[in-house]
Order: sequence, then C-alpha cells, then structure tokens
Amino acid sequence: MSSAVEISDVTEIKEQTRLQSTIANQAFWVTVTVILLCIGTALYQESFATKNNFYNITRNFSAIGIIAMGMTAVIISGGIDLSVGSVMALSAIVAARILEFSGDAHWAIAYFAVFAGLVAGTAVGAVNGLLIAHLKLPPFVVTLGMLSIARSLAVVTSENRVIYQFGEQAGDLFKWFGGGRIEMPWIDGATLPLSNMFVVLIVMALIMAFVLHFTSWGRHLFAIGGNEQAARLSGIPVDRVKIQVYMLAGLTAAIAGVLTAGYGGSASNGMGKTYELYVIAATVIGGANLMGGKGSVYGAFIGAALIFLIRNSLIMFGVDANWYDLFVGLFIILAVLLERLRGRTSG
Amino acid sequence: MPTLELRQVTKNFGAIHALQGVDFSIDTGEVVGLMGDNGAGKSTLVKIIAGNYPPSSGEIRVEGAPVQFNKPIDARQAGIEVVYQDLALCDNLTAAANVYLGRELKRKFGLINILDYASMFKKSAELFEELKSETRPRDLVRQMSGGQRQAVAIARTRLSDPKIVLMDEPTAAISVRQVAEVLDLIRRLRDSNHGVVLISHRMPDVFGVCDRVAVLRRGKKVADKRVDESSPEEVTGLITGALEAA
Repeated sequence: MSSAVEISDVTEIKEQTRLQSTIANQAFWVTVTVILLCIGTALYQESFATKNNFYNITRNFSAIGIIAMGMTAVIISGGIDLSVGSVMALSAIVAARILEFSGDAHWAIAYFAVFAGLVAGTAVGAVNGLLIAHLKLPPFVVTLGMLSIARSLAVVTSENRVIYQFGEQAGDLFKWFGGGRIEMPWIDGATLPLSNMFVVLIVMALIMAFVLHFTSWGRHLFAIGGNEQAARLSGIPVDRVKIQVYMLAGLTAAIAGVLTAGYGGSASNGMGKTYELYVIAATVIGGANLMGGKGSVYGAFIGAALIFLIRNSLIMFGVDANWYDLFVGLFIILAVLLERLRGRTSG
Repeated sequence: MPTLELRQVTKNFGAIHALQGVDFSIDTGEVVGLMGDNGAGKSTLVKIIAGNYPPSSGEIRVEGAPVQFNKPIDARQAGIEVVYQDLALCDNLTAAANVYLGRELKRKFGLINILDYASMFKKSAELFEELKSETRPRDLVRQMSGGQRQAVAIARTRLSDPKIVLMDEPTAAISVRQVAEVLDLIRRLRDSNHGVVLISHRMPDVFGVCDRVAVLRRGKKVADKRVDESSPEEVTGLITGALEAA
C-alpha cells in the first residue's frame, strides 16, 4: 500500500500555507480594516460600541449586502448587473401596489405581495440573462439599458407616487418583514437585537457560500468566469447558468426591495438609486475581480460592512457626511491597487 | 477493422475546399502524426473528428460502424477525446477542478448532492501518478508550467477512458524539457492502449513518438506511411510540395 501513501502525500501538498493564503486574501485585509475602524471609533465615541448602534449599522448595510450576494455570483461568472438598484425599486413598488389595491382584505396578502415583488425582480433578471446569454450582448450594456427600463416601469407602476397605504392586517405583517427584529440571547444575560434584514442577509450569505463552494453550479460559475470557451468545451450549459445567475441577481435585488419597503413603511420609485455602485463597490472591495473567475461571499459581506461603517464612523468623528462618497471611492481604488500589488509579487 | 476510420471525407466552406476526399484511420495502441502547413486542412480534419461540424461528404466509422457527430459530446460518447491547442483550461481553478470540469464527482449530503472534493483530489492525483506527472491536484492551473497544464488536459481525457485521443499542437508553446514530458505522456497513452492523433508542426516530436505519419497538403492527403520508412527530409518535402506524394 505504499503507493496509496504517496498519493495522499501528493494530495495534501498545497501551493500556499494557510498563513500565506490568508495574507494574500483581500477579504482578510478588509476585515482588519473593519476591526481597526471599529476599535478607533469606539475609543473616540462611547455611543459607537453599543447594541443599539450595532443594530443600526447591521440593518443599514443589509440591503446592500443582500444584493451583493447576487452580484458576487454575477461578477464571478464574468458579468455585471447595473440594473439592481432599479429592480429593487420596481419590486418594492409591485409589492406595495398589491397591498394598496387589496384594500387590506386579508393578512396573507402580505405574503402574496412579497411573492409578486420577488417574481417581478426575478423576471427582470431573466430578461437580462436571456439577452446576454442568447443574443451574446455585453452584460454592461444590457443591464445599463435595464437600469433605465426597470426604473421607468417603477415610476409608471407607482403612478409617480410614494405608496404607503399598506393597510393594517397585511400592512403590519409586510412592515414587520423588513422592519422587525429578533432578540438574540447575548453573553451579558440580556439580549442582542438583530434586524430581520440582517438575519436575512446572514442566512443568504450562508446559503450562497454553500452553493459557491459545494455545488457544481457554483463550480461552473467560476469556470465560466475563468474561461468561458473552456467551460463550453467541457460540456457546461453556459447559457443556462448565465440566465440563472442574472435571475439570482434580480431575486436578491427584489428581496432587498421588499424588505426596504417594509422597513420604511413606504415604497418610492426613487428607491435604490445608485445602489448598483455601492453593491459593486462592496464586492470589489471584498476581492471580487471584475474580469470574472474570482470573488467570495464573505468578501462581499465584509465589503458591504466596511462601506457603511465608513459612513457611521465619519458621523461619529463629527466629519461632514458629504465626504462619505469620497472615502468609499478611495477604498475602491485602494482595493484594486492592493490586488495589483499582490499580483505583481505572486507572479 | 480500424478503431476510427474516415472515408473520402470532404469539407467545403463555400468555394473553399478545405478537405478533398481524405481517407484516414487509426487503431488503439498507435500514435499517428498529422502534419501539414497552415491551411492544409489539419484543423478542419480535427474538428470533423471532434464533432465540431459534420463533413460535407464522406463518412466516419468507429469500430466499423458508421457514426454521425453533430456536437462534441457525440464524439466524446463514441470514445474520442480532444486536447485542444489552447488546452481549454480554467486558470482560476485547481488542477483537480479542471480534470473534473463538467463531470464533477458528487456525494450525498442530506437531500442534495454536493461536490466530493476528497474523491476528486484523490482520483486526479492517481491520474497524474499514472501519467508520471508532478502535477499536484490542489494547485491552481495559473501557477503551473506548460508541461503540467498538458498533464491536466490529458488527465481530463482519461476520465472517460477514450479509445482515441486527438492532441492539437501540444508542444507548440512550451519549453524543451516540458516537450520531453509531454512526449512521455503520449507514449504512456499508447502503452495503455489508446490511439493518439498528434497534430504537430515539430518534426522531432513526430519522429520521436509516432508510429505513422500522415501529411496533408491543400486539403488532400499526400502521404501516410510508417515513420521508420520515411525521414524528416521527405516529410518536409511533402509538406511544402517539393515532393508530390509518397
């Protein structure tokens, strides 16, 4: 059995040690930044390291984080989806209009409204995917067009109003989906409040991490992003996977949309404007490569956290909030610069 | 009865006659070199055998039975695997992931099937061991040498245990030492009773590893003979047209 031993020797060898691969991992450095930022802000402002502020920050970055889950998959496949902000608004408006129309007939209409919102978002994603996969149009242009189309549909569907009459039975349930919280037992014997949105983000992140790492669908996404031609020659149903990944992006945008409408108690057709930029920023800061083939769920999660933490810290330090986007921009460029530097040293 | 046989195969692209009545055959345990200048029809012949497109006329037989390949998967199912010139590997994935790309091994995890990393690492290590390659299953293809990439591409063809392996310019873009490695891989394929079609520009490779050499010129087969009855000079003459036929 000596040969079996040799084989396992070979399979155990990794190109990099765990330490090396951690240091080479962008998400690791973003995590370090997040921790340092937290420590710094906590030392400066007592109100930072409170349960209440944790609840607020995690809720605030959840919408971006949820969409970033779908965006990560799209970017890994070598695509991009610029329409997510508009899809978010369209889904919220669709759900809100159903609540408004129903006239509070039954509490279960809340579920139907959510379902319809998710279907709307997924359908828009399917259209993106079909155009990109079958007509071979560039994802950037298709989704840029859809950014405009979905926004317009949202405006038309809402009759250019802010919709807030959700009713009491169905409306309260709908508002609880996005605005509710759960109390998690905490080490101090009391509880730690977590927003429903954040819980949804955590659950989705776990599912996506599992899908990317343990299913052949996830493996195929990486293959398509790495070398689409090779993926095709290997018999991977490239077109089908592409359509599915844009449907997923539409679905995540829709989830963020209906939850945000529930949290705010209203749906406006301006919801999610420029969110596509923050979502892409979160994934890129977390280490995804816009050329495809690379990206991680944890990276997108921590990237989204960093973006909102910057805002919170600026406020805590008393800096004018108008500087916020400048810092986000700096971090995007820094992230790409870091990747370039690492690429140079590793080969 | 040859394992793979092409009879009077022609292929026209509009007015261009890429192949004109080519006969070609190969048996298992045999390495045949396919040579010719650019535009002689090598790629067209490979693509017809690989199922990328059907011939305009003529027929393909596998073990005596006529077959029709409409898609690459048809050829694969008939026992023909192709190692493409650009290798068709995903740089961002591990060696094992590339070997099993599109036919991943899975195991039961509750109600669903998940990727079986352990088996894929172990089996691809065994394949590399068989090929006597130092490729490690967990390495990213991006970090590999040209010879190791070839080993990954060849290991992939072994999964289905094909009868015939087509190799399109496997030694075109790699170092001298790696060429020796790849030629060894080809010999091992032959020794395990596979038929190998080696498409190459490099005379030393063809004469180093092939049993037989077929030469195409302007869409016609102008020679098909044992390498020990030919010489690099003769083949060069056939390729360029200095010799009409042999």
